[in-house]
Amino acid sequence: MSTESNPIAMLVWTFGLMSLFAVGGANSAIPEMHRAAVDVHHWMTDKQFADVFAIAQLSPGPNVLIVTLIGYSVAGVTGALAATLAMCGPTALLAYYVSRFLERSRHARWPALVQAALVPLSIGLMAASGLILARTSDQSWIAALLTIVAAALAFATRVNPFWLLLAGGILGFAGVV
Amino acid sequence: MPPDSQPVAVPAPDVPPSSSPSQPGLSELFFAFAKMSLAGFGGVLVWARRGIVEQHRWMTAEEFNETFALCHFLPGPNIVNLSVVFGSRFRGIAGGVAAFAGLVGPPMVIATILAALYVRYGEIDALRRTLAGVSCVAVGLLLAVVFKMMTPLLKRRDVTGLVVMLAVFVAIGLIRWPLQLVLLVAIPLSLAITILTRRKVKA
Repeated sequence: MSTESNPIAMLVWTFGLMSLFAVGGANSAIPEMHRAAVDVHHWMTDKQFADVFAIAQLSPGPNVLIVTLIGYSVAGVTGALAATLAMCGPTALLAYYVSRFLERSRHARWPALVQAALVPLSIGLMAASGLILARTSDQSWIAALLTIVAAALAFATRVNPFWLLLAGGILGFAGVV
Repeated sequence: MPPDSQPVAVPAPDVPPSSSPSQPGLSELFFAFAKMSLAGFGGVLVWARRGIVEQHRWMTAEEFNETFALCHFLPGPNIVNLSVVFGSRFRGIAGGVAAFAGLVGPPMVIATILAALYVRYGEIDALRRTLAGVSCVAVGLLLAVVFKMMTPLLKRRDVTGLVVMLAVFVAIGLIRWPLQLVLLVAIPLSLAITILTRRKVKA
């Protein structure tokens, strides 16, 4: 493809296509983002990808904004805008048309059916995301322990995730991790 | 995606559309979604439900669940889909664009600023350490969501579901096959299994 020379076109193509395959939301697409950004296009290192994921979790707004950060590191502000719109645009259009179509056939049974079929897929994808990120983030046993404790707290309590992220940052700053 | 976002397929009673008392305008849509989005750390959905259903009463809880179920089964960022579907329901395409711009615009500006700071200062040692700590926790949060979503499958002893889940995990996480390829096989397969098992249950 001639898009190889043009980073913006490459971003739009990569994320535009990915958006239509992101079953179960942005976090399910993390393995594919990692594959594209680190393995295929060499836009960033493993470590940078893990950092970008952390920053995206720290900042407010939908999880999909990780693509803003990837886009910025490829082509600055234009890249950030292009990647974000490419990741959101196609599925937003699709959602618009499908919802208008469903308005007319309101209580169709197939949305629930498709939904039930897709849930196991998106859990598998998100588990893969966790594995890929843990491989880079959890280099020491203390780091792995921190991940496990955070997972347990988020699973068992209703504590606001922001405080957990903040605590992780403080522990990291203090040189514990 | 917070786990309580698991859409409940509510067998919706025939609620007349007039059940939403007020009709939001374009700027109202923009600011409402901007507010929800900026409040939402690690997932906007909880805030979206609070804002749309409880605060503004633009939708009943059932309508919200129904709309979210639709956006959840469509590909792409769910909450982005929700903003477009929601906005366009009230104000057509312009409404969809306004809600979308509110949801994505302001946090995108923040993310861009953070990205610029990272590119500039990312190599500073204190920042590297801090981010390393944050990313450990961020991975933990993601794993917690995975476990929460898995719990219903385990409770139901949904063996086929768990097998499909595991197969996708291995193909994507361990073998690192491309997403498109895996999904083109997995989606039809999972659909077929779901339809077959439902039929069996009914029979």
